[in-house]
Amino acid sequence: MEIIVLLKQVPATESLIRIDDDGASIKTDDIKWVVNPYDEFAVEEALRIKEAHGGSVTIVSVGPEKASEAIRTALAMGADKGVLITDPGVSDFDSLIVSRILAGALKEIPFDLIIAGHRSVDKDNSQVGPATAELLNIPHISMVIKQDITDSKIRCHKTVEGGTVVLEMSLPALITTQRGLNEPRYASLPGIMKAKKKPIDVKTIMDSGFDGDPIGESMVKTIVMKPPRERKDGIMIKGDSNLAKAAELVRILHEEAKVL
Amino acid sequence: MDFDLTREQEMIRKEVRKFAQSEIAPVAAELDEKEKFSVELTKKMGEIGLFGMFVSGEYQGQDLNYLSYIVAVEEIARVDGSQAATIAAGNSLGIGPIYYFGTAKQKKKYLPKLCSGQGLWGFGLTEPTAGSDAGGSKTTAIEDGNQWVINGSKIFITNASCELSMGVTVQAVTGTRLDGKPEYSCFLVEHGTPGFKATSMHRKMMWRASDTAGLYFDDVRVPKDNILGIKGDGFRQMLATLDGGRLSIAAMGLGGSQGAYETALAYAKKRIQFGQPISKFQAVAFKLADSALEIECARNLLYKACWLKDQNRPFEKEAAMAKLYCSELMGRVANHAVQIHGGYGLMKEYNVERFYRDQKLLDIGEGTSEVQRIVISRYIGC
Repeated sequence: MEIIVLLKQVPATESLIRIDDDGASIKTDDIKWVVNPYDEFAVEEALRIKEAHGGSVTIVSVGPEKASEAIRTALAMGADKGVLITDPGVSDFDSLIVSRILAGALKEIPFDLIIAGHRSVDKDNSQVGPATAELLNIPHISMVIKQDITDSKIRCHKTVEGGTVVLEMSLPALITTQRGLNEPRYASLPGIMKAKKKPIDVKTIMDSGFDGDPIGESMVKTIVMKPPRERKDGIMIKGDSNLAKAAELVRILHEEAKVL
Repeated sequence: MDFDLTREQEMIRKEVRKFAQSEIAPVAAELDEKEKFSVELTKKMGEIGLFGMFVSGEYQGQDLNYLSYIVAVEEIARVDGSQAATIAAGNSLGIGPIYYFGTAKQKKKYLPKLCSGQGLWGFGLTEPTAGSDAGGSKTTAIEDGNQWVINGSKIFITNASCELSMGVTVQAVTGTRLDGKPEYSCFLVEHGTPGFKATSMHRKMMWRASDTAGLYFDDVRVPKDNILGIKGDGFRQMLATLDGGRLSIAAMGLGGSQGAYETALAYAKKRIQFGQPISKFQAVAFKLADSALEIECARNLLYKACWLKDQNRPFEKEAAMAKLYCSELMGRVANHAVQIHGGYGLMKEYNVERFYRDQKLLDIGEGTSEVQRIVISRYIGC
């Protein structure tokens, strides 16, 4: 079983995000970068499938050069090799361009299954997985919480409103991960040392199998970024009894908030 | 000069930090409060490779250099002293002597399990009446045919009485040297050997979630092969073990300082008094500035000592300096951290009181601060 994991390096969720002077990007100087958490589920699931069925796990990422750190972390978890496709303008690419680059690269790498996080926690578009599958002309199932592979078919569970739906498709195929799929392992200390010797193939877009020339403009452009409005302090409602507190709450909703 | 850690050492720091924050931080206060050693956590630490870090792959060790090991201990200690103690003692005192002085047969027998974290091993040196005066220990081992017969007792032995403990290395008097001083040898004694008993010591002030034992040897018979290395080498083995062990205690001081400092800094930026964060008041800011300064000094000193060891150069003086400085530093930083937290700093909800308590051992264990000063003064020619 040849498994590809699509992986993105993103700012750690505990990073303090500040908007850069251009108003449309974030300051990256003191940001800590990590593997996108949904992609960690993808790496873990790929490793479990490899452990059960044999084969190899290849990490593919489109990103700046420092994204090789994130690939290296996945290799330390147990993946076999990495491919980083990099370009100076990579941070401005929209989801469609990234998907086209990935689809181009994946035409040159044999695979049975592609696993991707269902979204990256930085831009939250949820596009790259499905778009890549479309461009490769393979089926995909999104937001998988459980999977089972038998006889070149993959059966997946996903949560829908009020229940779970079970879907099946033939391999090769692509799935995206949802929280609950697994508990990603830590990269062990010996794993980190082993990763030192594992290959990461760094390519430019033009070397990667991409057939569009030129890449073209992103169809989506970030015009402006604004921080969420700061929350005001809450109000503690005072009163001697629950009844008095309820009366005070109604008064505030009516007279001050004017919603009643 | 190159002050950079390798890419792999940076990754070790990042992963161990992540592990410590996700797995240890949520339970550290409760384990401390209940004075409970966690088998589950110890096994998890084993799974990510925190035992046998400097042991070669031949014995299922992680094959890392000493600096990598120290960075890992530092990161655990940043979150919890007790778990760092289990790791530091497990590696330096449990695994170390067997790895450095044991026969191939002894290493094959014990190291794979100890390096996986599925088993722990103690190092019995201190006795009820022999602490700093390690040469005054009274436990004896007498040759009797194909066996050694051990009698005596040991105290304050880490990792020797929990359910993962497999046995201990015990130092005993085996005769008299030509100069009239006692001759020491070390022996491997497995749990279950008749006459050997290990009891957990409770009601500790610090390291409450680590396992501390009293050991009792009452006509304990072990096979002749259970001697560690050669007869009469026990004192040298003990000194060499403590030299390496000092680096891991220093790492606990450094990591603990870092943890207490970060907690205090975060609190000082959030706590408003007189209409502004208390970090804006010089009285508080200077405490934090001093802490940051000294932590930087401590890290450079400790890493240099590790670098010397990794280069196979003499490191004993620097190890004693690092142990002394990092241990006492954590006392100053934890003290500042509690002070900055004010009344809240005295409460268990605000972790800094645990750092304040856990620090005190570092001034005492594996050679007191006073003994470190003796060691250093001898190296500088006093």
